[in-house]
Amino acid sequence: MNTSNITLPAWLDIVIIPLLNIALALLCAGFILLLIGVNPVEAVGIMLNGAFGYDEGVGYTLYYTTNFIFTGLAVAVAFHANLFNIGGEGQAYIAGLGAALVFLAFDSSLPALILIPFGILASALFGALWAFIPGFLQAYRGSHVVITTIMFNFIASALMVYLLVNILIKPGQMSPETRYFEVTTWLPKMHEFVALFGYNITKTPLNLSFFLALLCCVLVWIYIWRTRWGYELRTAGFSETAALYAGIQPKRVVVITMCLSGALAGGVAVNEIMGVNHRLIMNFPAGYGFTGIAVSLMGRNHPVGIIMASLLFGVLYQGGAELAFEIPLITRELVVAIQGLIILFCGALALMLRPLVVRAYLVFRPVTGGHA
Amino acid sequence: MVQSEQKVSSTHSSTSSSQFAIELRNISKSFGAVHANQNIDLQVERGTIHGIVGENGAGKSTLMSILYGFYQADSGSIHINGNHIQINSSREAIDAGIGMVHQHFMLVDTFSVLENVMLGAEEHSLLKHSAIDARKELQRLSDTYQLSVNPDSLVENLQVGEQQRTEILKALYRKAEILILDEPTGVLTPQEADQLFAVLQALKEQGVTVILITHKLREIMDITDTVSVLRQGQMVSHLNTADTSMQALAELMVGRKLDTQNHQRVDALPSETPNRIEVFDLCLRNAAGQYRLDHINLNVKSGEIVGVAGVAGNGQSALLEVLAGIVPPESGRFIINGREVSVSDPVDPRQMRQMRVNHVPEDRLKLGLVKAFTAAESSVLGYLHQDKFSWRGLLQLSSIKAMCRRLMDSFDVRPGNPNLKSASFSGGNQQKLILARELDKKPEVLLVGQPTRGVDIGAIELIHQKIVDMRDEGCAILLVSVELDEILALSDRIVVMFEGRIVAEVTGSEADKTTLGLMMANAHERAA
Repeated sequence: MNTSNITLPAWLDIVIIPLLNIALALLCAGFILLLIGVNPVEAVGIMLNGAFGYDEGVGYTLYYTTNFIFTGLAVAVAFHANLFNIGGEGQAYIAGLGAALVFLAFDSSLPALILIPFGILASALFGALWAFIPGFLQAYRGSHVVITTIMFNFIASALMVYLLVNILIKPGQMSPETRYFEVTTWLPKMHEFVALFGYNITKTPLNLSFFLALLCCVLVWIYIWRTRWGYELRTAGFSETAALYAGIQPKRVVVITMCLSGALAGGVAVNEIMGVNHRLIMNFPAGYGFTGIAVSLMGRNHPVGIIMASLLFGVLYQGGAELAFEIPLITRELVVAIQGLIILFCGALALMLRPLVVRAYLVFRPVTGGHA
Repeated sequence: MVQSEQKVSSTHSSTSSSQFAIELRNISKSFGAVHANQNIDLQVERGTIHGIVGENGAGKSTLMSILYGFYQADSGSIHINGNHIQINSSREAIDAGIGMVHQHFMLVDTFSVLENVMLGAEEHSLLKHSAIDARKELQRLSDTYQLSVNPDSLVENLQVGEQQRTEILKALYRKAEILILDEPTGVLTPQEADQLFAVLQALKEQGVTVILITHKLREIMDITDTVSVLRQGQMVSHLNTADTSMQALAELMVGRKLDTQNHQRVDALPSETPNRIEVFDLCLRNAAGQYRLDHINLNVKSGEIVGVAGVAGNGQSALLEVLAGIVPPESGRFIINGREVSVSDPVDPRQMRQMRVNHVPEDRLKLGLVKAFTAAESSVLGYLHQDKFSWRGLLQLSSIKAMCRRLMDSFDVRPGNPNLKSASFSGGNQQKLILARELDKKPEVLLVGQPTRGVDIGAIELIHQKIVDMRDEGCAILLVSVELDEILALSDRIVVMFEGRIVAEVTGSEADKTTLGLMMANAHERAA
């Protein structure tokens, strides 16, 4: 029976099916754990406890979540314009350069209240710039963004190595990184922030960029679904011919959307460079840009979905690290395998269980009446 | 009004298993609260041509989709050659001997006819062996049914009529004994349609059962043996074609009296009436260098409808797109509503709209609306920059929805819900929404392509009347249509396009269908 054209109530599609997928992934993961002689129930317990059990764990989980929200949004915005931006990694990396240049130049002369917004702007601007070039090439030269953004990841990586090793490196030492920014200009950590209100939580990398990420979710939602530019973006994404008919210039939409996407990926730099590392270091995007693709797909390219998917990945990162630490039999590679299973079931096989759910729904659905 | 239910009742008891190729009993299908099909009974005798007519949304497509396995009926049963069977997929339908020729062909353009025919039905693991068998079978089929197509031609090089024959061959190759054709003549010239009907006659004589879904009642009268009328999901009548008339069928479909009328101007326009469209030597070539528009010269006066007749694909679309500002011209120029447009001074669609030049595109799904958008979002496509719809960039959802509701009311778009996805409206209702959107702007120049394609009879009247009203208010209208009846009913003047050129021009009152048909094939000079 063909079930793809049967619509389900939203709660089944959005809540139940993803939960079933996660359960199935955990079941497979549990089977692997059994094979190597680890009690799966205990492992899941450690993982959840590591992610949520105590305030430090929660802090780390949300710190990872912050990065995933930024890169997930970056992929989603491009996706609505029918563009597949795989370059979040490189865009975040170059965004870090923007933030670092601003801080290195002005951290002794400008107060934090002015410098931090400038740093955020510089991150967004540099991220956008790194996405602008592939966007321009796609729109006006026909080079596919998938190819060019991948290439730009490599170019970004090479460029940063060159800059860090030869130009920006802190003199007098071997490590390819810049000097620390002035302490007074660091983006406040969450524990410092809540201390203002009299709360006391453990120090973690979680910082105020978490709020920036949530703000970006709201702004992206407004932009895509509530502004004229978002309307044009979606029109061009769904149907280039309809856009042309309506007098929208799809090429311009491509360029603008890629810039926005890159700017959002730049949020990773705000979190990592301004909030955590306080200096420019090598490879700080650490794969967040790529994972953003999975986050966006799992979150159905919607900000709310992206927050949930980012949280899931935050749990996997933090809980997984805890798991590898607690049970020596579970190596980092195995943790990656478990993460991979969840991506597989929630992303690639997302609709595998749908026919079953549809059938169950058809059997148990409330009788609507009027059945002649 | 002839209501012949007796055939159904008289044969119900005596189904001797072999008389009917298809028998549907009591089929019902609902989508949510919508009853697409309600208690449908249908019997089609083997070796006959049966027509199914009905307005858009009457349930024709749903019924055929059930028969072809796309949907499953909520209740009722299907009997093929007297055997009760379940059809859960198109594969099972094919196995039961049912073949379907869709309105939009399902062919791979870059494959040959032979490859298309055997695609998915290869019997050997090596393609070469399958091809040898398929070629033999294809030859046999062409001989038996007079279906001649060169098996080695690439589909993309075939005429539309030949592509359709390839689709029919595909079905026959899969041993179809029941052939369903969905609006088969929509893309054909009158001459090609005649060829198709000859093929269908030959199929019938060989014992194939044909079901023809069409909204063209003339074809029903010409070729079918029996006809069923669907209205609002219910079978309202089964008739012998010989016992009915077009008028009677049309009234059964709509459920009320209809009068056809000719809308041409009675009085000639005064000679000093200004031109709203003037085209001088307009040219456009495609990527391969062929002319899509070949030195077009044309004018349309205020208060005049000029019809552009022609087989689809002879440059009419290009003409509309250039005049609407979507595609810049390659050479030549035109003056539209007082503004001169040329290669060096193009105008984009948005400026065109500001100049009160409005465009109802031919291809509503590709250009006219965005399927994934809500009706409300589609109802402002092209007009969003107006302050009432987006103030400082923020969408004004309430006024967009109010606008959509108003448009829906003015053209009776159903269901009248602005929050539904554009794709979930039937083709006719999508078309009405687009027409409503463009006509609402009180255009001074209206470019309109296929205004009633896929629209039901009741709505055609309404649309024609609205277009004529625009003309009477002084709008200059360029009408592109492949429906000759439409061109003849509306146009004050008719130009005929063939391979990018205007090959003939006649006044609306002196045009007739046969001559226009010949002109569309550019055969009028030889024939005359």
